[in-house]
Amino acid sequence: MTTATADLATASKRDETPARRAWRRLLRRRSAVFGLAVVVLFIAIALAAPLIAPFDPVQTSWSAIRKAPSAEHLFGTDEIGRDVLSRVVWGARASLLAGVVSVAISLAFGLPIGLLAGYAGGWVDGLISRITDAMLACPFLILAIALAAFLGPSLTNAMIAIGISATPIFIRLTRAQVLSVKVEEYVEAARALGSSHLNIVLRHILPNIVPPLIVQATLAIAAAVIAEASLSFLGLGQQPPAPSWGSMLNTAKNYIDNAPWMAIWPGLSIFLLVLSFNLLGDGLRDALDPRQG
Amino acid sequence: MTAYLARRLLTIVPTLVFVSILIFSLQQLLPGDPAVVLAGEDRDPSVVAYLHAKLHLDEPLPVRYLYWLRGVVTGDLGESLRMQKPVLALIEEKLPVTLELALIAMLIALIIGIPAGIISAVKRNTVWDYAANVVALWGLSTPNFWLGIMLILFFSVSLGWLPASGYVSPFESLRGNLAAMIMPAFVLGNAIAAVLMRHTRSAMLQVLSSDYVRTARAKGLDERKVVLKHALRNALTPIITLGALEFGTLLSGAVLTEQVFTIPGFGKLIVDAVFNRDYAVVQGVVLFTATAYIVLNLVADLAYFAANPRLRA
Repeated sequence: MTTATADLATASKRDETPARRAWRRLLRRRSAVFGLAVVVLFIAIALAAPLIAPFDPVQTSWSAIRKAPSAEHLFGTDEIGRDVLSRVVWGARASLLAGVVSVAISLAFGLPIGLLAGYAGGWVDGLISRITDAMLACPFLILAIALAAFLGPSLTNAMIAIGISATPIFIRLTRAQVLSVKVEEYVEAARALGSSHLNIVLRHILPNIVPPLIVQATLAIAAAVIAEASLSFLGLGQQPPAPSWGSMLNTAKNYIDNAPWMAIWPGLSIFLLVLSFNLLGDGLRDALDPRQG
Repeated sequence: MTAYLARRLLTIVPTLVFVSILIFSLQQLLPGDPAVVLAGEDRDPSVVAYLHAKLHLDEPLPVRYLYWLRGVVTGDLGESLRMQKPVLALIEEKLPVTLELALIAMLIALIIGIPAGIISAVKRNTVWDYAANVVALWGLSTPNFWLGIMLILFFSVSLGWLPASGYVSPFESLRGNLAAMIMPAFVLGNAIAAVLMRHTRSAMLQVLSSDYVRTARAKGLDERKVVLKHALRNALTPIITLGALEFGTLLSGAVLTEQVFTIPGFGKLIVDAVFNRDYAVVQGVVLFTATAYIVLNLVADLAYFAANPRLRA
């Protein structure tokens, strides 16, 4: 009886799709579940910003300048009387958008270029790898600042700058994964059966390199959120009066001695969102690792 | 060793060439006539004409690149329009401040990161390990400019112990210099400590499970001696080389930290240049940073090679 149940359990585990197995493993890790929950919460806040925010985020009020947190303004007000809570809520949009769009840009360039480098090999690989090395030699944020400076300050340009600066990481990762997968027997078999190169890359190689890319993308979102906040802090991201956590901190710095609440909440929000993406990324790394049971 | 050195030196040449192309191309992102944009808000016709000639804007792109490259190779990184100074002179002027900041930050990172990593590996899966991991996650997830603002709030505004901003040269007052540098250096070191801690932990775990450590323990050696003398010494090499590669993080972080604490260093130079549309300075700073990174990478590689007898065979 017990053997039969055990057999059944093994059978059902074997029938499990890889995605479902990863999901089950992810839910076993408390820190990853916490990360996922906070990320989902922030997405909900960003989507429902017009409903949640108690005030208009750009509405100034000369009678409520730098008011400490109170029942009316839970997070206080800023230097021109805007509600800090409402700006933090709306700021979630800029941060999440920047995180996701930048990483999408990096993936859109990095994935195909990395596939090409890894699969084609030879001089194509050599050329792509040298360009990647060159981009990686420029510190990530400094490259992003330079790109944003030349493109001009705006949230869109900041996302492009961050996306391009993070692209070499994805090229390198994709290339390395392709190199290890393309010598596998099933790829050899597909080649022997006369599959086209495109077919081999898209049907046999790509699906097998997705897990590490998911992990890297999650961690890259965390880095992109910090990068967007950094660029906005320097005045190269979201332009005022539109709310963003980074630009809020930039202003808050000047009023730190008499309105510290202006600095506490946007910073705490960046920290929580970044921490959550990092926890989720770490959790996904373990959950997607085929070596673990 | 010589063959390896030669091969390694050869690989950095194409990288440097691509870095230069990448940084030269930044200029092409400017909308419209670069000379007009570079001339700044006044758009003085004589300045525009001067820039037109200096940048060889009538020539085709590859020729312009070669002119620019010739300048770079001979140490001419262009001129700051705002400050009327050669870019290289500006870099030389600001670099020592950032280097001091980076050195103190690295020292703080080593003091926190390596012991935390050792404790976390030796006391694996205990409260100590979890605590060290929490500290590492905190370091990796805190935006350093926010941490800087919070430290100012606590140590300068509330307690009044340290100056909130400003820079004092160590030649003027060593005490004043340290008081001004300690907070920004901690902010910078904090993030690197987290990375070092993670590297140390995994390197130590690997070394602690190796045969010679088991032998050392079997001989009945004191555990402290096993960990610090036998294990740490071998784990340290990869940690140091990986630490050297954190230089990029250090410089990126310095940009924001110097902005928060108004320290007139390298990071402040690039930010001010961005605001003044002083594009030659932006290009020069990026080029300098990338070259420094490549050279440091090379040195780290060679150090690793020299310290690891197995690679020399």
